[in-house]
Amino acid sequence: MSGPSRIPGGAESTLRFRFDGVEYRARPGDTLAAALLANGVGRVARSFKYHRPRGVMAAGVEEPNALVTVGVGGRTEPNTRATDLYVYDGLVAVSQNRWPSLAFDLGAINGIAAPFLAAGFYYKTFFGPASRWMLYEKFIRRAAGMGKAPTAPDPDAYEHRAAFCDVLVVGGGAAGIAAARKAVAAGERVILVEQQRALSGSIEGVRMLTRTTASGLWDHGFATLAERLVEPGQTPTPGQPAQRLWHVRATRIVLATGAIERPLTFAGNDRPGVMLSQAVRSYIARFDVLPGERVVIATNNDDAYATADAIAAAGGEVVAILDSRASGPATHFPVFTDAVPLSTSGQTHHLASVKARVGAGTRRFDADLLAVSGGFTPVVHLHSQAGGKLDWREDLQAFVPGASPQAVSSVGAAAGEVPAIAATVAVLPDPKHSFIDFQNDVTASDLDLAWAEGYRSVEHLKRYTTLGMATDQGKTSNMAALAHLASVAGVTIPQAGLTTFRPPFTPLTLGALAGADGGGHAAPARRIALYDRHQRLNPLWQPLGLWHRPRAYPIGDETLHAAALREARAVRTTAGIVDVSTLAKFAVTGPDAAAFLEIVCATGVAKLAVGRGRYTFMLREDGMVMDDGTVWRIAETRYLLTSSTGGADRMEAHLSYAHHVLAPQLKVSVVAQQEHFAGIALAGPLSREILAALTGTEMPAHMGVAQAAIAGVPVLILAASYSGERAFEIYAEGHLAGPVWDALEVATRAAGGYPYGLEALEFLRIEKGHIVIGAEGDGRTTPHDLSLEKMLRKAGGFIGASGLTRPALAAADRAQLVGLTSDTPIPEGAMLIAHDGAPVEGHVTSAAGRVIGTGAVALGLLGGGRARLGDVLLASSPTRGQSARVTVTAPVFYDVEGTRYRE
Amino acid sequence: MMQIDCPYCGPRAQVEFAYERTLDSIVTLDMPAEEAVSRLYARANPRGLDDELWRHSFGCRQWLVLRRHRVSHAIVSITEYAP
Repeated sequence: MSGPSRIPGGAESTLRFRFDGVEYRARPGDTLAAALLANGVGRVARSFKYHRPRGVMAAGVEEPNALVTVGVGGRTEPNTRATDLYVYDGLVAVSQNRWPSLAFDLGAINGIAAPFLAAGFYYKTFFGPASRWMLYEKFIRRAAGMGKAPTAPDPDAYEHRAAFCDVLVVGGGAAGIAAARKAVAAGERVILVEQQRALSGSIEGVRMLTRTTASGLWDHGFATLAERLVEPGQTPTPGQPAQRLWHVRATRIVLATGAIERPLTFAGNDRPGVMLSQAVRSYIARFDVLPGERVVIATNNDDAYATADAIAAAGGEVVAILDSRASGPATHFPVFTDAVPLSTSGQTHHLASVKARVGAGTRRFDADLLAVSGGFTPVVHLHSQAGGKLDWREDLQAFVPGASPQAVSSVGAAAGEVPAIAATVAVLPDPKHSFIDFQNDVTASDLDLAWAEGYRSVEHLKRYTTLGMATDQGKTSNMAALAHLASVAGVTIPQAGLTTFRPPFTPLTLGALAGADGGGHAAPARRIALYDRHQRLNPLWQPLGLWHRPRAYPIGDETLHAAALREARAVRTTAGIVDVSTLAKFAVTGPDAAAFLEIVCATGVAKLAVGRGRYTFMLREDGMVMDDGTVWRIAETRYLLTSSTGGADRMEAHLSYAHHVLAPQLKVSVVAQQEHFAGIALAGPLSREILAALTGTEMPAHMGVAQAAIAGVPVLILAASYSGERAFEIYAEGHLAGPVWDALEVATRAAGGYPYGLEALEFLRIEKGHIVIGAEGDGRTTPHDLSLEKMLRKAGGFIGASGLTRPALAAADRAQLVGLTSDTPIPEGAMLIAHDGAPVEGHVTSAAGRVIGTGAVALGLLGGGRARLGDVLLASSPTRGQSARVTVTAPVFYDVEGTRYRE
Repeated sequence: MMQIDCPYCGPRAQVEFAYERTLDSIVTLDMPAEEAVSRLYARANPRGLDDELWRHSFGCRQWLVLRRHRVSHAIVSITEYAP
């Protein structure tokens, strides 16, 4: 018998699971790694690039090799560490990165990947013709990879929970338990987090979170903890989430995160049967699994000698202890000092032999397991994430936690209470097969190559070789890499530097990050006051930010375009009504209301007569147009300011800033009323007659204000036109607006009109040349670019006036608003070019067909556009394969004089 | 995520707040154009303490001044904004 096996006796193996289609049995409490080893399965994976057979190296979350895909359908989880997965009855796992099977893998047999995949392989393919990269990419994608993400939706629920405590203890080992006990005794509220299922002790009065990983430590004592309620791939209890992400705020944090054992670097150090020394002890003590019968131990410290005792006690044979030092502790096992492993040979599930340098000579040992210990790396990830410094300990050849800017302390092994080691410079006769980063298949020769090619900074080396960039983030490999780099560079390890530790500590399921905020709950839906009225008409809804607005009201099997065209034509010929409730609305009141508005608005406001309104726009401080809308003087010291739907929240903050920071001396009150009032615009040549009949009131002229009642509901009527036709905006309190809509809808339909949606609104405003913030006003356009400069208040004093003085904003070649016409549809977003291959001179911001008549019209931003009327350009959208010949015109295509909405 | 001790609401998570700008980049309305542009585009960006204007947007909506260390994120003081 050779290879891993279960130590005879003990509990019955009652759980059934499948690995690569074969059914095995496991004991309750087994990890998948332990269960596979207990069943004699030593080879569990193929490696990332070279498809080399790999086994189990560790017993904890640092495992780089034994990655599996677990679960079926939408519950599939790839790249799960077999050491961090407790077996449950019915577990299904498969090995990864092999084809057609783990035993017979074409990628490995051909060995064809190797020459392509050395350090920097993909950077190198960027040089030379693009076609070569296309060829390589296909090949590399097939050859190199991890598990595949599932394509089916995740059926599980996830949740977030918030908590706070005086002390958060991370790690339920001896040091963590001791810290928690002490804190509880001092009367502190304690949360204790442990990655494994069980703690090594229990404490009264502590909130224990087992199977929970402290995944990130952020600012001000804020920690994110990922709790698994079920194992990967397992079906949760009905009504329960699969995982829970805790957001914990702690006054102080104690890190008892332990240390990770480091492997040694030699040829074939990645074979099944090479295992970390403490992992060997873990499998014996925790799982009654003996990872090998005849064991060689290679070490540079005293700790591995305890492994020899454990192996012997479990019935295994310790063939030899290879100690790289001149002497080790007293032991009855055969010890070879000044001895290091050189290479291994292996069989499928275990080693066959170990070749070692002993003194000046070499020796071969028959062994099925090689337990290695290259020293211990304190787990400083969380300390480092929280901004803590790291100190170098020469005796440990490791970084330990130094000063922290937060109330974060480390205890136990995490603080450097680990066995000292001898610093050894490995002589590597076969660097091509001496692995540094097992998960990403980075060898010593890759590091040498990168160094030879001039990569010196450890951060560059990391990116060039992909060292430490796999799902394990180099937990087992970083120190070996730094040691190798330092020896090549002839510097000390702290001089070689260290890459940054970033969250999460172990891979996190995206579902856990999303919590309950998935699917329809990804964003809150904001419903307009008249939602029910629209829903009755079965419209196509369009999301607009968080709002949902009717896009069109198709009749029968009408298409969106046909419906919108019918609706828009009704506005041009008879009448239409549209819901404009989502417009931002601000009541600006007080003796200084006009003075305040003249700070915010770049246009004149103070001279506005009571009962009148006008178009206005607001600038950012840099002079760019921020938003536009209308301002109305409702009474002597009372104004109504409207602005765009999408900019409502931004405008609220902007007005607050202007008031409280820039002009706190002004006596003015600003109240956001976006949701308070529902708004309905009635537009079309018949709108005045319809409204006069409904209200019994004479309607005001363009930009006038009226107060009236419709269906018994008090309404504010503003004579403003967005469509280019005579139009009125009618505002009523949201909860009263239903009957107002009903009355307007009945009257409009009776006049031959229709309700219209956003699509028709777009047709109408594009034809009229009205800009939209977000399309034409894209945050890079000045009033001049949008032909609004004549409206700027000469006296200045408004936000953005200073910014506008920058000389670059007066340049003649700036992108300016133009109109574009064509006989064929103009693709929205298309670039404007003189001909194919010519430089880009601008782009199409909004496009539509003419509402009445034929041909297409569009608005666009074109370099020096105002001086280019009559030019013929190509509006080209290569990504959609669409283009149109366009003629540059003024940005208005309908009723240029504006007679249709004035008298 | 930082914890900000709002003088009106008490300690709250950073997500409730919106950063506005540093105090020295406030452009007052009476400022000469040249100085205004310089305040907008030439920031001190100190590696250390700075005074910042924040707003408790999802709380009391008041404007606050945080004296905050830009490396350690330590907040030295929080006061209501007074121009």
